[in-house]
Amino acid sequence: MSEPVIVTRGLSRHFGAFVAVRDVSLEVQKGEIFGVLGPNGAGKSTTIRMLCGILDPTSGEGRVVGFDIRREAERVKERIGYMTQRFSLYEDLTVEENLKFYAGIYGVSFGRRKKRVGEVLERTGLVGRRGQLAGTLSGGWKQRVALASATIHEPPLLFLDEPTAGVDPVSRREFWEQIHRLAHEGTTVLLTTHYMDEAERCHRLAFIFRGSVLDVGTPDEVVARRRLRGAELESDRAQESADRLRGDAEVDEVAHYGNVLRVVTRNDADPSVVIARVLTGPLAPRNVRPARVGVEDAFVSMVRTEADADASPHRAAS
Amino acid sequence: MSFRPFVVAWKELLQLRRDRMTLAMMVALPLLQLLLFGYAINTDVRHMPTLVYDQDRSVASRDFAASLAATGFYDVVGHVGGYAEIEQALRRGQARVALVVPPHYGEKLAAGKPARLQLIVDGSDPQTVASATNTATGMALARSSELMLQRLAASGSGVAFQPLEIEPATWYNPELRTAVYVVPGLVGVILTMTMVMLTAMAVARERERGTLEQLIVSPVRPVELVVGKIAPYVIIGYVQMTIILLAGRLIFHVPFLGSLPLLYALAFVFIAANLAVGLFFSTVARTQQQAMQMSFFFLLPNILLSGFMFPFEGIPRPAQIPALALPLTHFMRIVRAIALKGGGFEDVYGELVWLVCILGILILVSSLRFRKKLL
Repeated sequence: MSEPVIVTRGLSRHFGAFVAVRDVSLEVQKGEIFGVLGPNGAGKSTTIRMLCGILDPTSGEGRVVGFDIRREAERVKERIGYMTQRFSLYEDLTVEENLKFYAGIYGVSFGRRKKRVGEVLERTGLVGRRGQLAGTLSGGWKQRVALASATIHEPPLLFLDEPTAGVDPVSRREFWEQIHRLAHEGTTVLLTTHYMDEAERCHRLAFIFRGSVLDVGTPDEVVARRRLRGAELESDRAQESADRLRGDAEVDEVAHYGNVLRVVTRNDADPSVVIARVLTGPLAPRNVRPARVGVEDAFVSMVRTEADADASPHRAAS
Repeated sequence: MSFRPFVVAWKELLQLRRDRMTLAMMVALPLLQLLLFGYAINTDVRHMPTLVYDQDRSVASRDFAASLAATGFYDVVGHVGGYAEIEQALRRGQARVALVVPPHYGEKLAAGKPARLQLIVDGSDPQTVASATNTATGMALARSSELMLQRLAASGSGVAFQPLEIEPATWYNPELRTAVYVVPGLVGVILTMTMVMLTAMAVARERERGTLEQLIVSPVRPVELVVGKIAPYVIIGYVQMTIILLAGRLIFHVPFLGSLPLLYALAFVFIAANLAVGLFFSTVARTQQQAMQMSFFFLLPNILLSGFMFPFEGIPRPAQIPALALPLTHFMRIVRAIALKGGGFEDVYGELVWLVCILGILILVSSLRFRKKLL
């Protein structure tokens, strides 16, 4: 069994009195697409910065692509690709010049550079735009160039920090095809996202909240562990019904979709039973049907539970 | 040594090539400044508009006024009949100087009695005062000793020569042309201005656009990044220097007496010091605009204190200390010594030591800050 591509033990980072990352222990295997989910400020970026070797952990240790992130940071940097939502491209350079630059920076040998640039252009469908200035590309194309730049040196590990923020749905879908292809070829991918449909496309997920990892597992495992069940119903008095449902102890979450309400219950409680109990008389719903519970439900539930646990009893009661 | 600095420099040159505005500015700026400083700044005051209020109207009075005009410092623009007219003309700026000849001036001179002339000078411009009074006083002195000698000779006392005489000889710039003095110094001013600004902005631009973050994550080391980013600007610095020296020679006939290779070699230390200042600014500035403002703020003391505009000896003592910390102060002396006085290495050695020390401190400070800020 080969060493995991990422392995951390009790990784923590303090900024003064503030604990940005607390005791994070993770293992990511070769060829995995590993999603890190968490609200803004949960510590996702700080974790990635430590894994990239640009920020020293306050305590704990980590090995990335076989090197210690503290003592062998330079080795780590050479073997990872990194892409952020800002698509850090040089807008006044052409697509090809951007790729050549990053190839040079990442030490792709001069002889190999041309071949690699050609390969990456081909793979990302950028051949026709190689001579275009990066600044004149639309968001989706910029994203492709950014991914091409981040993989120009064929890194075994790729960090993607909200790579699809602000990109249209078609481009996002194509982007994910690329990611899966890379993973299939053996590249390990660690990414952060706020899109829950993307989270479901990861092999495994980690939920981070206030610097701590709350849960790790496949999307199905993570959802199953929350013991949530869902149902949808139709109602002409949706707002009133939603308020009533939210007051029930067994209801975790109610969401509006026009006249349709989506209800998620806790502790494996049967949603149809709960609905029948809460919505009576003039509020009686139409067309109650089971609904799939996904990562988004699990995520919202987990964050709410944690927040409620810290909050005052008044808030928990409301 | 890795090849990464070359990759960074190549990228920087590509970006420069597309940035027509900056490129044009880098060529136009030295030329514009050269013309501006070469033509506009004139510390030798000549052709001051002068009024004459001649109450005597004798041959002697006309003679004195004519010889004043002959010096070239005074242009007689009119004759007036009273102090009121003088006052009005000075107030309106129509005249800067007025010569008042009292009645009976000619008679008194002829009779061997002391005669007095009055010179009124507009003091709102201090530089005019010194020039105007010195020249006129000198003339009057010369005239009186001439008269004295004549009288002594007539009385037959035998001392028919001037007992003491000063023969001034101005070396290195005998015609006292401002351009000769200004152009070599301008090399230093232009280099300070563009080098500091370009480096500060080049790094701030990467920060602003988020590409710096990408570079931090990459294996490129801070020193490789800095060397690669700075190298193209060193070349630009030399191009600007050449433009100024060439144009100064062609347009203003500024001589270059010393060794050109020596100046170019020493300029490297100076350019490097300015780049280090720019680098330091770039670690403080968050945006390109801030970087630009800081560069301009830095330029002002350089122009005022370095000896470019005002002689260093004239700067008050407390201000001389910060002035000595400016790289330009020392480069100013180097460039003038080499270009105007034909100085060699041994003549500018002391200034070079200063420059190297300043450079060392700047590199230390900015690289420490640069490293810290990257993380």
